[in-house]
Amino acid sequence: MSDPALLSVRKLHVRYRVRTGGILRPRYAELRALDGVSLDLGPGEALGVVGESGCGKTTLARAVLMLERPVSGQVRWLGKNVADLDEESLRPLRRDFQLIFQDPLSSLNPRMTAAEAICEALRAFCPEMSAQEMDAAVMEMIRQVGLPPESAGRYPHELSGGQCQRVSIARQVILHPRLLVLDEPVSALDVSVQAQILSLLKRLQAEFGMSYLFISHDLSVVRYLCEKVLVLYLGKVVETGPRERILGAPLHPYTRALLGSVRATERGRQTGSPDPYASTELPSPLNPPGGCRFNTRCPFATERCRAEEPPLLDTGTGHRVACHYRDELR
Amino acid sequence: MTENSRALEVEDLSVVFDTPEGSLDAVSQVSFSLDYGDCLGVAGESGSGKTQLFMAILGAMPDNAQVTGRVLFEGRDLLDMPPAELNRIRGARIAYVMQDALSALTPHKTIGDQLTEVLTVHEKLPAPRAQQRVLDALDLVRIPDRRQRMKMYPHELSGGMRQRVLIGLSILCDPDILIADEPTTALDATIQAQVMEIFDDLRRNTKAAIVLITHDLGVLQGWAQQVMVMYAGRIVETARVEEFFAAPSHPYSRGLLKAVPRLDRPVSQDLQVLPGVPPDPLRLPEGCAFAPRCTMRQEVCERMLPMLGPGERNHRFACHFGGPE
Repeated sequence: MSDPALLSVRKLHVRYRVRTGGILRPRYAELRALDGVSLDLGPGEALGVVGESGCGKTTLARAVLMLERPVSGQVRWLGKNVADLDEESLRPLRRDFQLIFQDPLSSLNPRMTAAEAICEALRAFCPEMSAQEMDAAVMEMIRQVGLPPESAGRYPHELSGGQCQRVSIARQVILHPRLLVLDEPVSALDVSVQAQILSLLKRLQAEFGMSYLFISHDLSVVRYLCEKVLVLYLGKVVETGPRERILGAPLHPYTRALLGSVRATERGRQTGSPDPYASTELPSPLNPPGGCRFNTRCPFATERCRAEEPPLLDTGTGHRVACHYRDELR
Repeated sequence: MTENSRALEVEDLSVVFDTPEGSLDAVSQVSFSLDYGDCLGVAGESGSGKTQLFMAILGAMPDNAQVTGRVLFEGRDLLDMPPAELNRIRGARIAYVMQDALSALTPHKTIGDQLTEVLTVHEKLPAPRAQQRVLDALDLVRIPDRRQRMKMYPHELSGGMRQRVLIGLSILCDPDILIADEPTTALDATIQAQVMEIFDDLRRNTKAAIVLITHDLGVLQGWAQQVMVMYAGRIVETARVEEFFAAPSHPYSRGLLKAVPRLDRPVSQDLQVLPGVPPDPLRLPEGCAFAPRCTMRQEVCERMLPMLGPGERNHRFACHFGGPE
């Protein structure tokens, strides 16, 4: 590869051992949180990962940052496979790959002021900087993320949720990472604050040329921020491609169902179009259905779907979908 | 349920908290009515007073709160009722669905035990009959494998399932009024629509009056009959849903609507940031509380509090310069 992608993931498998019962003699089962996930993310791109709770979104966020060790598969940072590296060797690379969590209040140390929290990141990765340089950089970052200068000396409990999230963003962005993984960064925020943070993220991305891996259950938020979308279902990619295709002309019945749900919530009940999907919910990830994993909820499922797992195939426009009937459904 | 179509009449309700830093106006002069078979959507940012308003209506206020006004339910003032009597109404006739479904359920009791208990306490039903009623309620909120689920503990259920259990719990006693505080905020898109449908079914089938408290004003378009937007403890705009969405007239309502990304708008014109944050309730400005964030602000706004006008066809808003865009 001459121009390696910033982040490239190949056939990533992550499994958890979960306790399923038993008091004296615990029983365990294996949960395949990610089952052969592949994705590519170039410099400056924003990829939105969507799906219901329990489909593996957060595991993906953690796994691409090597916070979750895969059982197999590759994770390449700037072309370098990091899946086998130990924490020691990963450390210097981590500066370029940062994470922002959903809950801004619990992800900040309650005993550090905003300025200290932001500066901590610099101390960890830029020991060569002088104290004055760090202070200047911190104050500049505080301004960049739209915090008032006096918030520098405040503790998280003295800041609002939106301000805390701005601090979280500042402490990652100050490192000028190449990739920012954002795990539901606006889900815990009020609507007006959500809009403020989203537009901040959009501006910072353009300004610093960062790539985003943006995890969200909210399709409209993803549409606003990401030009590429990946749909996860029970640990597998069911559809991925450019935003216009995935949200405008989706092929997979699951993507369609997700979009249909958002439209239903936005518009209200549509008379004469009963939701085929209404009473079903995500099957247990511990025991996913055989064949196509979506077959238990899919209105178009046939014998073939129950027996044979559909491969993720390109439709020729960078739009890839895993459904046996993608041509019929078009 | 009474023949009267009016479920609740709130007159001039105000809530003032006595805090170490001074008195805090959480809710100011709120009047509205709620009809059976209607869904009233109440929208506003955090701190706009929407939760406090309904907590006050339910008489669930801490000791340092002073509640004034009247809340008429079947001709009687809930604010003026002996606690024992109020307790028979709360939970049974007027039910409340909390936002956080995990912390609202007791972790050490099974779903079945928790739900059955409501009926053995409120209606003194024998256990087998209570259980049947619980099963019926779980069916209404579309919970599959109901008997199985009843033996489970809250942590064993998914978030969406827990939220449905909580709604099931609130409708057990067949309430006349159901107040749901941000019932879908923490849920997946697929489940949001389902939960909204459950409320809609309840409203249609039992003619219960539903109050839907939400920060997402846009969602109300498809589900509410009446809309009420609150800011800094006051109603700033209220109308029937068609009139409201045809011409949202308060700059705050318009700001809220435009601040939420929606799939049914083109990406290019999506999302306009509503700058700033709601005012500190301890230091409310003298004039319009929204003035510091308002693009239409004029000198008079900072001086004079706009009143909720009479409005055409009951579309009322509190703005000196408001009106259809």
